[in-house]
Amino acid sequence: MYPKQEVVAMLLAGGQGSRLGVLTQKLAKPAVPYGGKYRIIDFPLSNCVNSGIEAVGVLTQYQPLVLNEYIGSGQPWDLDSMNSGVRVLSPYEQVKGAYWYSGTANAIYQNINYIDRYNPDYVVILSGDHIYKMDYSKMVAFHKEHKADCTIAVIDVPLAEASRFGIMNTNPDGSIYEFEEKPKQPKSTNASMGIYVFSWDKLRKYLIEDEETEGSSHDFGKDVLPKMLADGQRMFAYQFQGYWKDVGTIDSLWESNMDLLDPNTPLDLNDESWKIYSSNPVVPPQYIADGAQVQNSLIADGCDISGSVDFSVLFNNVVVKQGAVVQDSIIMPGSVIEEGAVVQYAIVSENTVVGRNAVIGARPEDIEDKDKWGIAVIGDNLKIGENAKVAPKAMVSTDIEGVK
Amino acid sequence: MRGNNIMGIIFSNLHEDLISELTDRRTMGAVPFGGRYRLIDFPLSNMVNSGINKIGVLTKSNYQSLIDHLGTGKAWDLSRKRDGLFILPPFANTSEYSNRLTTLNSIMPFLKNSTEEYVAISDCDAICNIDYKAICSKHLENGADITLVYKRDQLPPKLHDPAVLSFDSRGKVIDILINPNITGSCSYYMNIMFIKRELLIELINKCISKNTLNFKRDIIQGEYKNLNVYGYEFDGFAPIITSMSDYFNANMQLMNREVRHDLFRGDRPIYTKIRDDMPAKYGLGSKVTNSLIGNGCNIEGEVENCVLFKGVHIGKGTKVSNCVIMQDTKIGSDCNLSYVIVDKDVVIKNERTLAGFLSYPVYISKESTV
Repeated sequence: MYPKQEVVAMLLAGGQGSRLGVLTQKLAKPAVPYGGKYRIIDFPLSNCVNSGIEAVGVLTQYQPLVLNEYIGSGQPWDLDSMNSGVRVLSPYEQVKGAYWYSGTANAIYQNINYIDRYNPDYVVILSGDHIYKMDYSKMVAFHKEHKADCTIAVIDVPLAEASRFGIMNTNPDGSIYEFEEKPKQPKSTNASMGIYVFSWDKLRKYLIEDEETEGSSHDFGKDVLPKMLADGQRMFAYQFQGYWKDVGTIDSLWESNMDLLDPNTPLDLNDESWKIYSSNPVVPPQYIADGAQVQNSLIADGCDISGSVDFSVLFNNVVVKQGAVVQDSIIMPGSVIEEGAVVQYAIVSENTVVGRNAVIGARPEDIEDKDKWGIAVIGDNLKIGENAKVAPKAMVSTDIEGVK
Repeated sequence: MRGNNIMGIIFSNLHEDLISELTDRRTMGAVPFGGRYRLIDFPLSNMVNSGINKIGVLTKSNYQSLIDHLGTGKAWDLSRKRDGLFILPPFANTSEYSNRLTTLNSIMPFLKNSTEEYVAISDCDAICNIDYKAICSKHLENGADITLVYKRDQLPPKLHDPAVLSFDSRGKVIDILINPNITGSCSYYMNIMFIKRELLIELINKCISKNTLNFKRDIIQGEYKNLNVYGYEFDGFAPIITSMSDYFNANMQLMNREVRHDLFRGDRPIYTKIRDDMPAKYGLGSKVTNSLIGNGCNIEGEVENCVLFKGVHIGKGTKVSNCVIMQDTKIGSDCNLSYVIVDKDVVIKNERTLAGFLSYPVYISKESTV
């Protein structure tokens, strides 16, 4: 018998994140490194712990090895409790056969047993694609206060961008009367953040119903939520204020990392009362050598910097040798930038070596045809040879030979 | 493979009087070092990396910060169902721990109830990355009863009762001088010893019954003629902390890349307690050279030849050179500090100037405000 949990969180972490290209070739999107020492999933997991949620199911499907290994016992987030904590839930074979998670709703449906054993009143559905700090307990309190069946977190987005999101149109009391998925002419700017609170008895019923509905794609946004709204269930929008960023594309991942360098970004990662936890590698402090130039950057322990680093985010154990220049870039753990190499507007994945005098990416002002400009991305464990050139916007997944 | 036939004993409290400023409110093992470590991390990690699974940490007084640091031993992988970390403060009163020999006598049940054949004993005053497995194989190869780890160098002037060893051609100890008047290089004992557990128990019992209670004089010097005592030379980086200026210099030596590679080897990492700090932030206009910086730092000024622990803030227009600044200390703007050791949680307000000298760094104590 498991002790009752008032709230259980379910974190959808099965997505491939194909728009991140080489960065998600070997790992699921929530495991993508972020901010010099984190992985994206640290944010929803830390939010859960800081909100007092003790039971978290992480639903995995695509390339789960790195993610499984990373989550481990849940100890880095204090989620290794005796009867609750974090559980990795992957698709499994059942009496009727084996099924992959066919949609977000189906993934939860297949794990009804996991949720039931805690006999919760509320279930929080989260995704592993966003960078934000949020107190879910406040959202649950809002849900209770409004006697809602479903509460959807929304954030105010600029009108010009509203057509990229799912828009929630609400009555003055905050209740939702209409969903519009990526509307051409948005009626409001309340974009769904993909964070839902459900009363478990209601959600349970709708999940079972949806599973039996022919032609359903078993998706929350496309099937379950519209059905609940059509049935007149009490659905409310919960207004979130603060930093929230989807990091599902190369550009948004890069931008969100750069946001950390801006002192005006409302996302304080050193806030004692709302720490973002992660697993910490065992490495010595970072060393900045004589002659190095480091400005406006985030640098993690274990780095050894002799070159110049400007407007960049460097993960642990990155080496920047003498005369090398790293600007407006993200360098992931263990990568080495050799002497004289220049890395600009680029993301270099883990354990890659950028050879002497190689040039990766370019500054936008140095490119005439702006359509050809973008963030250059280098995959993990690669070798970029001496004097090699990688064009802006390129996505590199194989070694590049050096040039004499 | 985990586990071997060796247990570890670490004296976390000895030599405190040599750096009394730093040990005023903590025990020797809890003295911060190198941007993120405490001195005990070195012997503890060395033992763990050598496959030692059972480690007793002896501590006499002022041990709150040590216990806070060690916790369950999880960070060193010592939070285990079988064996792991044992924190051994005095049972009834601190007089039991008045010296090394009576301390060992008072943990006799711990020694007797263990099943390991050998004991590795270390203090916290030598900062090094040493492999006990190599000491053990040398010990077995020599057929030794006791192996003493030594260093060849000039005697640190303030080292307590240094034991200087002489050897025959096979490395067997043929003479031990305690506190000799020697100038120049010699082989001195680093307070790291390898011994059979049963022999250790026997020697302690013998000394207690004769009331000869000086470990160095009565066990090491007193017994070497009756036993096979061998030396094991450690030639890696191993500063011994016998004064504030030793402490300062040992921190500064970490700026040397070879020293760092020797001390923080990838195959034998030094573990420490984890804090979830974000990466260090270097502001616009910051200038950092030849410095070791911990995560969680926020640097807006100039830093040169410094060790900054986690969470240190350096304000705009401030210049800090040749300093060791411990965790969470906040230095305001337009300050000037050189040759200063600043302890934890200190606040230095705007426009302060503090200066020491290489041979005598100024010390600012924990939680003070300047």
